[in-house]
Amino acid sequence: MRAGVISKRQLSQRTAFSLLITATIIVILPVLAIVIQIIVSGADAISLEFLTEAPSQAGKAGGILPAIVGTFYLMLGTIIVALPLGVMAGIYLTEYARDNWFTRSINLAIVNLAGVPSIVYGLFGLGVFVLLFHFGMSLLSASLTLACQALAMTVTTSREAILAVPREYREGSLAVGATRWQTIRHLVLPQALPGIITGAVLAMSRAAGETAPILVVGAAFLLPGLPQSPFDQFMALPYHLYTVAAHIPGMARSTMWGVALVLLVVVLSFNVLATVIRLRARQRRYSS
Amino acid sequence: MKMNSELLNKNAAVNKSVKLSTKGVNLYYGNFQALRNITLDIPQCAITAVIGPSGCGKSSFLRIFNRMNDLITGARVEGQVELAGINIYDRSIDVVELRKRVGMVFQKPNPFPMSVFENVAFGPKRHGKNNVGELEDIIERSLHQAALWDEVKDKLGQSALSLSGGQQQRLCIARVLAVEPEVILMDEPCSALDPVATLKIEDLMRSLAENYTIVIVTHNMQQAARVSDTAAFLMMEEDRAGVLVEYGPTSELFTNPKDKRTEDYITGRFG
Repeated sequence: MRAGVISKRQLSQRTAFSLLITATIIVILPVLAIVIQIIVSGADAISLEFLTEAPSQAGKAGGILPAIVGTFYLMLGTIIVALPLGVMAGIYLTEYARDNWFTRSINLAIVNLAGVPSIVYGLFGLGVFVLLFHFGMSLLSASLTLACQALAMTVTTSREAILAVPREYREGSLAVGATRWQTIRHLVLPQALPGIITGAVLAMSRAAGETAPILVVGAAFLLPGLPQSPFDQFMALPYHLYTVAAHIPGMARSTMWGVALVLLVVVLSFNVLATVIRLRARQRRYSS
Repeated sequence: MKMNSELLNKNAAVNKSVKLSTKGVNLYYGNFQALRNITLDIPQCAITAVIGPSGCGKSSFLRIFNRMNDLITGARVEGQVELAGINIYDRSIDVVELRKRVGMVFQKPNPFPMSVFENVAFGPKRHGKNNVGELEDIIERSLHQAALWDEVKDKLGQSALSLSGGQQQRLCIARVLAVEPEVILMDEPCSALDPVATLKIEDLMRSLAENYTIVIVTHNMQQAARVSDTAAFLMMEEDRAGVLVEYGPTSELFTNPKDKRTEDYITGRFG
């Protein structure tokens, strides 16, 4: 082989490599562009007042505190409902359910749950929680609605995290006379926890970003104060962003970007939190 | 050619009382029959080896004694399996209680991803022992019995996964011993270990056999010859798995096999 001459194999190797890395860069470019755009355009709007005060003049002045708090409440309410239900269903489906038509139809339903358009969840929430259960247009109705939507994710991620726990562990536990539930409780769940938490946080992030479902079950455009009970209406960041961007004429652009930036920070900080929890769980597992 | 298993059973159990016995056991996985009409008595406080070629049903046979096959959908056992004279497939039997009495060590060491201490404490804790002092005593005793104490006494808090393969397997044995079983089932416990670690486990088995009934599945005939008191040879004939060809004292089975197929197998003519 002479130096300077590229063989056909090497050429195709290089072409493939370049193509793949180009594709990868194209994939991350929009994400980077969005983040940079939001930070650059929204940073000006961020101030202590913006973060700690209620809006005034239809959102043109004042801050967005009620929307921030409302979004936190929503995430909290969603996960309080969706996480335990999702984990319990995940345990049942992996550890107890037999492979029959009933289990198969549940699995099919869960897959389809994830594919239902979010506004349909909103209408469901309106019909069931707001009207049928008389929870009214409220934080409670919205949390329950978002929880229904989040269930698809918490069940799926719980199930996958539980399935990923090696069968050898279960056998080892059963072989010393532990019951099935003890095996799940003391061995399988601790192992599956990081995966379950990751799924839960992703579900929370998604709930934080949803606009359509909460639109019809209790999100308010403008509220002077914070919700005092689960039966109060609430503001939320994505809905606030939608209204200030689409419905308020003469809105300062930086305010819109500011709201977007806060929303992004809320979601990202939750993701970082999840990553930290997961890493610490993993560290503890290997170095205890 | 056909052997008289009844007679051999009597020979095998001549000096010791019977701990485990099977009577006409058939095991099915759905339509597949994995064990065929197996009748034998396993003596107490002795080591019984189950040998045979891959896929002949050795592990399936072992797992009928702690009902581990129950975990497999479609698995079904016919006939009687007795532990100290009690049919363990009777509806009144509590499987959890059975597995406490009949412990199991697996082919691949499977320590739990927790500390050495917690691994051994796992069983006792599940059975309601939560007193720290009591647990410490159990753990020290179990690790001593498993010939592991001296190696790990200073790192009880460390992850069990940081131990070597041989240590991990002895830890798994200690984990089983901690719940004070009567029988220990071992499913090719040395197949993932190097020769030195293997010898340590074999020595350990010999010392444990003074107090425990041990049934070991092994594909290693030297191992069976070295450690066991009685040996059963299982075979797969054409498409029929799980045929018990010969069962008797290990010395007889290896030096003077009564069945031609046993002789062929132990002299390495097949398998």
